[in-house]
Amino acid sequence: MARMNMIEAINSAMDVAMTRDPDVTILGEDVGFFGGVFRATAGLQAKHGTTRVFDTPITECGIIGVAVGMAAYGLRPVPEIQFADYIYPALDQLVSEAARLRYRSAGEFPMPITVRSPFGGGIFGGQTHSQSPEGVFTHVCGLKTVVPSTPYDAKGLLIAAIEDNDPVIFFEPKRIYNGPFDGHYDRPVTPWAKCEGSEVPDGHYTVPLGKAAVVRAGEAVTLLTYGTMVHVVKAAVDELGFDGEVIDLRTLIPLDLETIAASVKKTGRCVIVHEATRTGGFGAELAALVQERCFYHLEAPIERVTGFDTPYPHSLEWAYFPGPVRIKMALERVTKD
Amino acid sequence: MPVSNLPPLKLHIPEPRQRPGDAPDFSDIVIPTAGSLARPDSATPASDLREYPYSLIRVLDEHGVVCGPWNPQLSTALLLKLLRDMMLTRAFDDRMFRAQRQGKTSFYMKSLGEEAVSCAAALALDYEDMCFPSYRQQGILIARGWSLVDMINQIYSNKADRLKGRQLPIMYSARAAGFFSISGNLATQMPQAVGWAMASAAKGDTKIAAAWCGEGSTAEGDFHSACMFATVYRAPVIINIVNNQWAISSFAGFAGGDETTFAARALGYGIAGLRVDGNDPLAVYAAYEWAAERARTNHGPTVIEHFTYRTEGHSTSDDPSAYRAANAAAAWPLGDPVERLKTHLIGLGEWDEARHEALTIELADFVKAAQKEAELNGILGHGLHQPFDTMFEDVFEDLPWHLREQRDQMRAEPESAGI
Repeated sequence: MARMNMIEAINSAMDVAMTRDPDVTILGEDVGFFGGVFRATAGLQAKHGTTRVFDTPITECGIIGVAVGMAAYGLRPVPEIQFADYIYPALDQLVSEAARLRYRSAGEFPMPITVRSPFGGGIFGGQTHSQSPEGVFTHVCGLKTVVPSTPYDAKGLLIAAIEDNDPVIFFEPKRIYNGPFDGHYDRPVTPWAKCEGSEVPDGHYTVPLGKAAVVRAGEAVTLLTYGTMVHVVKAAVDELGFDGEVIDLRTLIPLDLETIAASVKKTGRCVIVHEATRTGGFGAELAALVQERCFYHLEAPIERVTGFDTPYPHSLEWAYFPGPVRIKMALERVTKD
Repeated sequence: MPVSNLPPLKLHIPEPRQRPGDAPDFSDIVIPTAGSLARPDSATPASDLREYPYSLIRVLDEHGVVCGPWNPQLSTALLLKLLRDMMLTRAFDDRMFRAQRQGKTSFYMKSLGEEAVSCAAALALDYEDMCFPSYRQQGILIARGWSLVDMINQIYSNKADRLKGRQLPIMYSARAAGFFSISGNLATQMPQAVGWAMASAAKGDTKIAAAWCGEGSTAEGDFHSACMFATVYRAPVIINIVNNQWAISSFAGFAGGDETTFAARALGYGIAGLRVDGNDPLAVYAAYEWAAERARTNHGPTVIEHFTYRTEGHSTSDDPSAYRAANAAAAWPLGDPVERLKTHLIGLGEWDEARHEALTIELADFVKAAQKEAELNGILGHGLHQPFDTMFEDVFEDLPWHLREQRDQMRAEPESAGI
């Protein structure tokens, strides 16, 4: 089996999906001839043609609006929003249109659209290239939200998303495109080829939406996380010597609450880790659900480890990032008695 | 206050010519003689069409006589169909407006005076061409022969409403009739129509798309995005701006209408722009026909400004007497589309007052019968609604656990309330 980094896996997912289904169509800024600023669509235009992989004007509202129209025709569009930070001009088309068209037309116009977008920080991107806006989308009924954390999952989840008949927001943690991140920004990145999760089948397979993965078994505390933070959390738990059970949510909506509740009922303690800002973030929803399901099993208050409620600062990135120290402090609080 | 020795800047706030209490006056509107504009080949480059966005295509003169090269030369049968479609739309609007006043539904929007814009489209486009309407194009659905009962079921949100009582009245969706689900968020349908047209072209299909929005919502970014995509990919799409002069209470000046025409938006994109007398059903038909031919022969999109007048309020929730001159609609210099086509047909010897009167009564009865049939399925708020569980259907293709839980909670509420 080939070793792939996350970009190669995502590229392979789209190639497989396009080969199997002539209705899969890719559009976005710089995705065509050039193959995307992160190279995620490299080679796809040459292979599948300019009418199936093409560059667009710089209007995110237009990209998603056009994708909605293409889906209404019967295509299966996979638009790319170059950075999640740029997705806001498309919000009306996503929230009021793509997410609600199946409902408002009572099934006449399903919207099988997968919006790919690199998200998250840790790359010195400043406030316009680092955001994690997943909470904006998990709040919207009719959208599924997916965040992979390994090349294997990225390919399997992306194929599943493209084949899904509902709109999916597919956020790609760009910090871990080339290799997992242990949270120590001063250490060199280990390329995916040397890491678990990078063995990726060449052909078609799916990782089902709505299924979390227990990526590290443990008894003392449950850590709920996704994307880049899966690797930061795993490294922190190992380095600190906590017997933590780390759950990679993989899909935020629909959420695999069963796996979460089973783990928290076992450990009695729960720490939620995401890079996004804290207030009203997806962690708040997770905390609410965990206390609803597991209140009588909890031994300590649920902790949230998150980015701060500030714009993502450029030079102070590593003071902002919810890294090993912030995780350690939360683990100490949640396990202290 | 800023301190400077320069002359102070002034902020311009647009103001309509007349307000309530003023006599309506449309003397500033330049109306070219019917038939005075040449009809270029539909493959003409946009750069050679620069006069069209600033003029007004007119076919019917003030006596109902067809003039000039834009005359679409419709058969009598088609002229009569167009007349009937417009009159049926008008009869439907009249009855549904009253149904709202009678408390049978929450909301309605008439298209009085604008029937030509919708009904001529249904005639000029192929049935398979896809329409992305705004909320005042019910005439397309009616002219395509869609069931009035089905439309009224939607307006009543009753148990036979195909849209399961989810949409505000008049926000129809009829995929089988090539009529896209109407959104209340303005101009969102414009880039969608372009996307549909791009898909049709990418697939080597022969169908084209058309979209409509008001002059007010051309201010939305979506309109700009639509024009941008349409021109870049030469999408087979007709982008229609229904300039009925009013966006609720805001006159066209608040969408830039004082500074230029809406058709002239096309120029900046290199798109062909036509400006047409929207109350002249034959001119409207001719503009659609030209644009459809252009699209279908891979010569790209057209922007059409339909210059018309919103005769009544924005909706049943609006009171235009609070912001515009009384009797303004009656003073509109371009007349009424039904009257103009009627006059034309009478002039041809194909129609007369007696037949017109008889058709008016026939159509009113037709609508009344449809209304009665729809009312067997219930009216809004009288118990004959969709089953409660349908609320949770179609959010996703499959019901996820959290919606199952919420559905079960809803089911438990009546019991808890002792119902």
